[in-house]
Amino acid sequence: MNNNLIQYIYGIADNSLILGQRLGELCGHGPSIETDIALTNISLDLLGQTRSYFQYVAKLQGNGANEDTVAFLRLEREYKNVLLVEQPNTDFGYSITRQFLFDVFHLALLEELQKSKDEMLAAIAKKSIKEVLYHTRFSSDWIKRLGDGTEESHNRIQTAINDLWIFTDELFHQTDADKAMIAEGIGVDVTLLKINYYKKVSSILEEATLQTPSIEYFQKGGKQGVHSEHMGFILTELQYMQRTYPNMTW
Amino acid sequence: MSEKEVKSLEEIFEARIARDEKIEPKEWMPEKYRKTHIRQISQHAHSEVVGMLPEGNWITRAPSLRRKVALLAKIQDEGGHGLYLYSAAETLGISRDELIEQLHSGEAKYSSIFNYPAVTWADMGTVGWLVDGAAIMNQVALMGTSYGPYARAMVRICKEESFHQRQGYEILLTLCNGTPEQKEMAQDSINRWWWPSLMMFGPRDADSPNTEQSVKWKLKRKTNDELRQAFVDQTVPQANILGLTIPDSKLKWNEERKHYDFGDIDWNEFWQVVKGHGPCNKQRIDARVKAHKDGKWVRDAAMAFAEKQENKEVKLAI
Repeated sequence: MNNNLIQYIYGIADNSLILGQRLGELCGHGPSIETDIALTNISLDLLGQTRSYFQYVAKLQGNGANEDTVAFLRLEREYKNVLLVEQPNTDFGYSITRQFLFDVFHLALLEELQKSKDEMLAAIAKKSIKEVLYHTRFSSDWIKRLGDGTEESHNRIQTAINDLWIFTDELFHQTDADKAMIAEGIGVDVTLLKINYYKKVSSILEEATLQTPSIEYFQKGGKQGVHSEHMGFILTELQYMQRTYPNMTW
Repeated sequence: MSEKEVKSLEEIFEARIARDEKIEPKEWMPEKYRKTHIRQISQHAHSEVVGMLPEGNWITRAPSLRRKVALLAKIQDEGGHGLYLYSAAETLGISRDELIEQLHSGEAKYSSIFNYPAVTWADMGTVGWLVDGAAIMNQVALMGTSYGPYARAMVRICKEESFHQRQGYEILLTLCNGTPEQKEMAQDSINRWWWPSLMMFGPRDADSPNTEQSVKWKLKRKTNDELRQAFVDQTVPQANILGLTIPDSKLKWNEERKHYDFGDIDWNEFWQVVKGHGPCNKQRIDARVKAHKDGKWVRDAAMAFAEKQENKEVKLAI
């Protein structure tokens, strides 16, 4: 069993799982039916991608593992998503900023991942790109609308960007498993995506009449399994049924 | 227009409906027809949107990824139905904002069933099987209703609803083929949802006003009691396949009538919930009002942005 490969996939798939879960909280509570449907749709896409990744992990693990044991039955420290995606839905501004800051990264990652030597990962990336292109367009459009909308929306979205900015640097961190996979031509070297990421994000913020924050200190930990205090609560809901009724089929 | 002229228009109008012609938005229609349709279509739209809440409650806790994705897709469909129906209501000369305001103020109603709490995962199965099942009984008949936009909306909605119903039934089938705890969860769920589902068809025919007019306009193609009977007849054999017991000691096949006989609905409970005092009436409306209020700055920003863009285009054109 290739543990590095599994850890590498967690680093990608857990982002989709946890962000999909966060977006799922909003279903039925959006600012309009249209945005409600769109956010639900993004959640669906992300969880669909998660299933593909975890079916692959389950195959690598063997021993009766399946996509649900992988998704639901790990300990908090074993989830490898970045801190950004577990941040709460404070308001629509925070939700859409979290989405935007992740989408721009996600798209760049998948564009590289489709060239992976691992055929399965390349195929999942290829299939997901179309969806993530839409996500990126959706969240970027909202950044522009809110930035250049009313004074209130401008201030609110700027606050969200300032608050969530500290979580962007972690997107470009590498774990040992990442490095091993890069060496094998399977993993993407995310450090190479960093400059373009900030360029793209800044240019959209500029178009949205928003300031790109300039801060020196960033947060990290998720990729090593050290999460924010939010994570335990996310997992409490995510794992509720599987933990309460173990070993059952649903 | 003189009274005589209106009378003649009305006669032509009723004759068209009798010939099974569809009435389209820009055509002449009696004021009462317009108002009745706004009420019914918007009530239907509100039901879809409020109906997202009890199920939305289970998205984060769905027991498997496959179920989570299917539940999200189902609720997304319901949002789509809501949009579709609000648009159909708008063709009658009322805005979505006004309709939403009526929902929030309590002036407009939505299906009472959504005022019951969804407390276990089995409820996601039962809501699909019984609640969507009961809704379909009504909606299939409405595919032939006289108002064109509503009839067409029903065609599309019925397709998706019957998929939802099968999906709900399949959730329960899985539980019933599972462990004793799972089967118990399913039985408990049917115990709680059976009677409220029968209440979805509304008061007894004897207590239901306006039926005659609605039948004429094909807004009602079967009476409440007829639909309720058809639902019971259809559902009992399905419960038998699941191995679940319907919580009605009077339920029995009547060979003479070729229908199931069933017990009395608790009409006190029915009216309590309809009048706004069910277990979740307040919670549901509060959730809708909060989403709308919290979303105001977002909708305002989108409008302001769109206006700015339009002005830019105008300037460029000049």
